Amino acid sequence: MEEISSLMHGFAVALSPMNLVLMFVGVVLGVLIGVLPGLGGANGVAILLPLTFTMAQTPGGTTSAIILLSCIYWGALFGGAITSILFNIPGEPWSVATTFDGYPLAQQGRAGNALAAAFTSSFIGALVAVVLITFLSPFVARFALQFGPPEYFSVYLLTFCAFIGMSKGNPVKTIAAMMLGFALAAVGLDKVTGQLRLTFGHTELLKGFDFLIAVIGLFGIGEILKTLEEGLEFKGTQAKINARVVLETWKELPRYWLTSIRSSAIGCFMGIVPGGATPASFMSYGVAQRMSRQGAHFGSSDKPQIEGVVAPETAAHAAGTSALLPMLTLGVPGSPTAAVLLGGLLIWGLQPGPLLFTEQKDFVWGLIASMYLGNIAGLIVVLTCVPLFAAILRIPFAIIAPVILVICAIGAYTVAGAMFDVYMMVVFGVAGYVFSKLNYPLAPLVLAIVLGDRAEESFRQAMLVSQGDLGIFFSNGLVGTMTVLALGLLVWPFLAGLMARLRGKS
Amino acid sequence: MKFSRIVAALFAAGAVLAGSAAQAWEPTKSVEFVVPAGTGGGADQMARLIQGIVAKNGLMKQSMIVVNKGGGAGAEGFLEVKGAKGDPHKIIITLSNLFTTPMATGVPFNWKDLTPVSMMALDQFVLWVNAESPYKTAKEYIDAVKKAGPNKFKMGGTGSRQEDQIITVAIEKQTGVKFTYIPFKGGGDVAVQLVGKHIDSSVNNPIEAVAQWRGGKLRPLCVFDDERMPYKQKVTDTMSWADIPPCKQAGVDVDYLMLRGIFMAPGVTEDQRVFYVRLMQRVRGTPEWKEFMEKGAFNTSALMGDDYRTWVAKEEQRHQQLMKEAGFLAGSK
Repeated sequence: MEEISSLMHGFAVALSPMNLVLMFVGVVLGVLIGVLPGLGGANGVAILLPLTFTMAQTPGGTTSAIILLSCIYWGALFGGAITSILFNIPGEPWSVATTFDGYPLAQQGRAGNALAAAFTSSFIGALVAVVLITFLSPFVARFALQFGPPEYFSVYLLTFCAFIGMSKGNPVKTIAAMMLGFALAAVGLDKVTGQLRLTFGHTELLKGFDFLIAVIGLFGIGEILKTLEEGLEFKGTQAKINARVVLETWKELPRYWLTSIRSSAIGCFMGIVPGGATPASFMSYGVAQRMSRQGAHFGSSDKPQIEGVVAPETAAHAAGTSALLPMLTLGVPGSPTAAVLLGGLLIWGLQPGPLLFTEQKDFVWGLIASMYLGNIAGLIVVLTCVPLFAAILRIPFAIIAPVILVICAIGAYTVAGAMFDVYMMVVFGVAGYVFSKLNYPLAPLVLAIVLGDRAEESFRQAMLVSQGDLGIFFSNGLVGTMTVLALGLLVWPFLAGLMARLRGKS
Repeated sequence: MKFSRIVAALFAAGAVLAGSAAQAWEPTKSVEFVVPAGTGGGADQMARLIQGIVAKNGLMKQSMIVVNKGGGAGAEGFLEVKGAKGDPHKIIITLSNLFTTPMATGVPFNWKDLTPVSMMALDQFVLWVNAESPYKTAKEYIDAVKKAGPNKFKMGGTGSRQEDQIITVAIEKQTGVKFTYIPFKGGGDVAVQLVGKHIDSSVNNPIEAVAQWRGGKLRPLCVFDDERMPYKQKVTDTMSWADIPPCKQAGVDVDYLMLRGIFMAPGVTEDQRVFYVRLMQRVRGTPEWKEFMEKGAFNTSALMGDDYRTWVAKEEQRHQQLMKEAGFLAGSK
């Protein structure tokens, strides 16, 4: 196996003391970045990119530079889960699905278990993806090339359908929330015609509604308003805090092996495509809920499931990791953070593309080895901190709430450096409160804001290609399969209901 | 704030008294470098390279912070700098959206709202096809497009009513063919769509497609410039950038270069402008910059002062004309 020897060589490159220090520094920075909503992994990497410019000039320095930056990325992937579970505030877009079960678990005093499960699943997802990158990169790169506009649209359709089908609440409310999300996603520049729409002449609306603003408001502020109403305290105060919580959780995790495998597969697929970590986490959560025997309890406040944390976290981390593959072999970033890393490679004088694996062996295999090591480093860092994170919930609400508010406001401001976004955050917060009072689900709204304009863009690109013929979504095996699968998932609940009724009659 | 302005004013006054404008003004706090585009694109890369060069070579005492404000096809960034009247600690790097965005969307700004500092380089555009396609020259390709009839061939490009589509329309006007133009998010996406044969051709910048060219996946047909690019070092086994013929010679009389230039906020003083002109001059003198220019096969024209202003004014006229002909002006359908 040539890959094994290359990988061993990679470990030799990555295992220098300097690189190990950089790895831990990167992971710690990344976790901090992941915890702060608004300051996403992409921003964090972009801010540190110029610092690596000097580093990259020394021999072997490009490897050190990418190790530092990619470890920030791993750290951010890990860190996103922390605030989602503790405060219902997703630090990163891909941790929204983690809040569904993670936050109720924390409210029941099981924050430590949820965190440990989230971190461990992240690690497993990443590990599967790295193994994939190590052994299958040439094949996988060819697969990604088959994705044109219709294929992209069918992937998004699959995500939406997997998610709608599973919704337990009133389907009309689900659709209403999703449509509102699509409307919000449409504001700003219409990328297909190059025209502004729904801005009503306000220059603040030019850039549209950022997903993060909506999420910080809907989840974070909305949650604080709800807690205020319910009596000024976090329910997680009885959280038991001891180091054994990690081991306890590990004992429980092997039960979810099937979910882990499924989620890793979904994550790898979405990362390579590249659909990204966010749709991967939603899709994986939806599928897990459908398939699991405990599916009915997913996301419920009385019986939240650890499995509901495992599924999205595994998929998000698998997707986030495998997203680096199209970046390296094709030069197409699979995520915003990968886009910044790509810019970094170009500035350092490396050319991502088909030849990178042959021309820059040291660099590529050093990076792949650092993915193994960086994730181990990340896991160690975050797991040792689980009791610490869980202890945050012991702080009285009256102290922590203002702190969360301030962090949310800073986060919202950081996204684009605009005060307008902070006001929008408050508006979204009130909306989030009203939504939950009226029993409208927030998840479909958020999903539509994240993926709405991407789905629209690829749909319209596909329509341009086919000159308006919808048949393009069935024009080859790949896109046809995904479309049929998506439509199947969409109508499944109706069919199942119909069948149950028929059976009941006879 | 006030204090720093007073200090700046004192410095400026001192310089005038001394009768010399040399380094009369210096930034007194960190400089915000606005990129009117997303992270990872061409403008973003160049801005971060400049930031890196400035930091590494200690060209400025204060630090430089790159911020991406790409909303509304860059309007977000331009409006911010336009609104920062008299603020010498804010500069912006531009691409063609300096002209195309206000024309296409009607957002109220114009390059005259900003203070021109310096042209850094011009970005080339090359006509690319998939290496497995039978077309060896631009003429062969255009003939095939013509023969197939309107809308049969797909041209992919970055964004809508922006440079890539302007070039596509110019080719159509020139040769009488009709493409189906499909807008994508970024240049890298376009190159990969072309490798995957989801589109038939692209007008990618060299740096966006070079990796796929070297990998034997794409083939350049011609460059949209009057003359060949000067870079003679072999990029693939058989070809260098200089081996790509100008499109004019290949029978497609279209030339288009994209501005990569620096502007400042309106209402800054002459000394402040001169500081950045010199800073950028020194950036362009570094080996890192030259290496970047060669890798991306940039046209290294650089202009400052009145020459720059005149060039930009002329270019605005040209875009006005091109956008009008293409029917891309705001309000037109």
